Amino acid sequence: MVQLRLPKNSRVQRGEHHPAPAGATKVKTFKVYRYDPEGTENPRWDTYDVDVDACGPMVLDVLIHIKNTVDPTLSFRRSCREGVCGSCAMNIGGRNTLACTHGHDEVPGAQCQIAPLPHMPVIKDLVPDMTMFYAQYASIEPWLHTTTPEPQTEWLQTPEDRSKIDGLYECILCACCSTSCPSYWWNGEKYLGPAALLQSYRWLVDSRDEATGDRLDDLEDPFKLYRCHTIMNCAQVCPKGLNPAKAIGEIKKMLVDRVV
Amino acid sequence: MASYQFIDHKFDVVVVGAGGSGLRAALGCAAAGLKTACITKVFPTRSHTVAAQGGISASLGNMGEDDWRWHMYDTVKGSDWLGDQDAIEYLCRNAPAAVYELEHWGVPFSRTPEGKIYQRAFGGMTRNYGEAPIQRTCAAADRTGHAMLHTMYGQALSKDTEFFIEYFALDLIMDEGVCRGVTAWKLDDGTLHRFQAQQVILATGGYGRAYFSATSAHTCTGDGGGMALRAGLPLQDMEFVQFHPTGIYGAGCLITEGARGEGGYLTNSEGERFMERYAPSVKDLAPRDMVSRAMTIEIREGRGVGPKKDHIFLHLDHLDPKILAERLPGISESAKIFAGVDVTREPIPVLPTVHYNMGGIPTNFYSEVVTRLGDDPDKVVPGLMAVGEAACVSVHGANRLGSNSLIDLVVFGRSAALRCADTIKAGATQVELKPAMTDGHLARFDKFRNASGSTPTAALRLEMQKAMQDDAAVFRTTDSLASGVKRLEAIHAKRPDLKVTDRGLIWNTDLVETLEFDNLVGQAITTVAGAYNRTESRGAHAHEDFPDRNDGEWMKHTLTWFDDATGKVAIDYRPVHSFTMTNDIAYIPPKARVY
Repeated sequence: MVQLRLPKNSRVQRGEHHPAPAGATKVKTFKVYRYDPEGTENPRWDTYDVDVDACGPMVLDVLIHIKNTVDPTLSFRRSCREGVCGSCAMNIGGRNTLACTHGHDEVPGAQCQIAPLPHMPVIKDLVPDMTMFYAQYASIEPWLHTTTPEPQTEWLQTPEDRSKIDGLYECILCACCSTSCPSYWWNGEKYLGPAALLQSYRWLVDSRDEATGDRLDDLEDPFKLYRCHTIMNCAQVCPKGLNPAKAIGEIKKMLVDRVV
Repeated sequence: MASYQFIDHKFDVVVVGAGGSGLRAALGCAAAGLKTACITKVFPTRSHTVAAQGGISASLGNMGEDDWRWHMYDTVKGSDWLGDQDAIEYLCRNAPAAVYELEHWGVPFSRTPEGKIYQRAFGGMTRNYGEAPIQRTCAAADRTGHAMLHTMYGQALSKDTEFFIEYFALDLIMDEGVCRGVTAWKLDDGTLHRFQAQQVILATGGYGRAYFSATSAHTCTGDGGGMALRAGLPLQDMEFVQFHPTGIYGAGCLITEGARGEGGYLTNSEGERFMERYAPSVKDLAPRDMVSRAMTIEIREGRGVGPKKDHIFLHLDHLDPKILAERLPGISESAKIFAGVDVTREPIPVLPTVHYNMGGIPTNFYSEVVTRLGDDPDKVVPGLMAVGEAACVSVHGANRLGSNSLIDLVVFGRSAALRCADTIKAGATQVELKPAMTDGHLARFDKFRNASGSTPTAALRLEMQKAMQDDAAVFRTTDSLASGVKRLEAIHAKRPDLKVTDRGLIWNTDLVETLEFDNLVGQAITTVAGAYNRTESRGAHAHEDFPDRNDGEWMKHTLTWFDDATGKVAIDYRPVHSFTMTNDIAYIPPKARVY
């Protein structure tokens, strides 16, 4: 009979429990994914009973509180703490989002589970390896392509043309969308994923860009674009309220339009 | 000590930091054919430039007549005459070209009906040498920094810049006063690296996190300033810390000055638009230091709002919701998330919050780091440059005008790249690095990695942040500053008792935060020492025991050196440049700073 073995580190063990301090007034349990790349153990779920009255309202506040007062070894990325840098994307209560703008009270129940972004290699704890995600972003050539000599001042762009970039340029590259997409989970090496495609469309509809044809040629491939099956998880989870699936649909339309 | 092996790299230029100024410098150097590395502790688009909202100043004149000389006058006056006017001239006259360059790279600026770059009003920006507010600040809605940073990262990808992402820079490799490179720790595999270069450009940002409440990101820990101090170099004008008038009460998140530029105003508990009393001509669009002081006085005198009467209201609820959605969508979202406020209906609770460091590593307008050596106040430190908030050129003097920081990033990032192109030969032979140049770096790294005292880094950091918040605030006194000096000396003395729990080398953020704390504490100490020493009030340094500006004695830049072993600060001065760069504009002599 065929012997099947789970991939390395896929079995997550029960970890340590950190009880709430004496005198805690409002306790909530945070179940946090832990992985030490320098140890020999499999990953584990540590649980922390946190007095949420003693820290700020967001999940990031809770994580910082744990790191500062309970367990300094817990690692996670964070920077701006106001939802614009995209560092602290993680899976909170089963949903990809930013820890800094997601209130811990938005996760119902007495326990809140916090895991790294799904289907990404984990470097340590809540820190995933984003290398491929960034390479895919770079592959769509996210810069203005022009051949017409540059004007002395700015390229003119009407407010109507400018408004076409709204809902696209605001992307913070947090990867919540791509790592929530089942199609990306299956074909992550070949399918560019919603984040990169949203940015691709951002340049395709920029009235100043003169490489529309080349950009579309590059996407005309069975995998890069067409693995989007409009599952819509991307639009569901985007912490900035953007809709990558719609942008992907628009790119598909552009490809059809240029044939007919 | 554990044995550590360096992995070696050789470049023409190494840029440390990938925010606005670091990216501009790096892509400029790469475009000039220099082999360029950009080392950064966060992925470039996570840098704090991303959080800049309101815009970037340049006298494009898209909204009516403008002139770079008017911009220069405003900047000089905003700086309370502590800015160097040659550098300010360089900034203002190069600003329009720098903005057009950004636009040509694809920055999605908001547009006027004619399709030009939209410009909004900002604090202290006036027409015709102070006559009335002007619209000079180029905006991409209220996400200008985000738009710039993402565009510049894309631009850097199109050039041959080699990125070293999530590498934490440790120390400058110094060789008898010459900078030869920088050492760094790669977080994802725990290896240590030695980057050799003909020129190192520090673009490491400010040190806002020395304070308890700051609009600054968690990563704003002034790592370049820390490295410069350890290399025996002075920092300049550290006492000048900008408080942004409108940080969200409690959370500290930024609400752009552009909110007032678009017509927003502040009120006290009596519903009074109190800025009319403090700055009759420009009102709510006065420079940040003045607005922050006015708000603090209102609160002190019992006219604060809220149950504790400890903050102020910012009103946008009278503005057309369409304008809010088009021009201020980002802060509308922030106000909702962090204050639970619908800006179309309610005012935002705000408080002056630490925002920007005017001080930093002293440079000339070529972005070369300078120090005082004997009688020479402008001695260039070979091999080292600094740009952006990490640097003190000084174009912002004692108080930066809003939207002058983004233009500072790109104008001086560019100036650094131009200087590198002029002075460096690509691929030129470099001296051999000796272990003695980096032994201290390893010893420091290993010491903190194995720190086994009883004070967790987070606890000592909190002590420092509280001391800075209490004693070096919007208003300072001799007593508060003396207390600050004493408290920070005590905190510094507790460093040997630090406790780092994580002993690993891969993504050990316990150790990262400890190294960052070590970078912060020297800058916190030089900040209070400089402030205690400066017995006058100028710009953001409001000393209640010395309420007036004293040009006779204090028209000079403070230089502070820090002895890491003893915690002692040495102070000297550099003269403020009393000349401009060209004859196109005359030196603007000091006068009373009223608006």
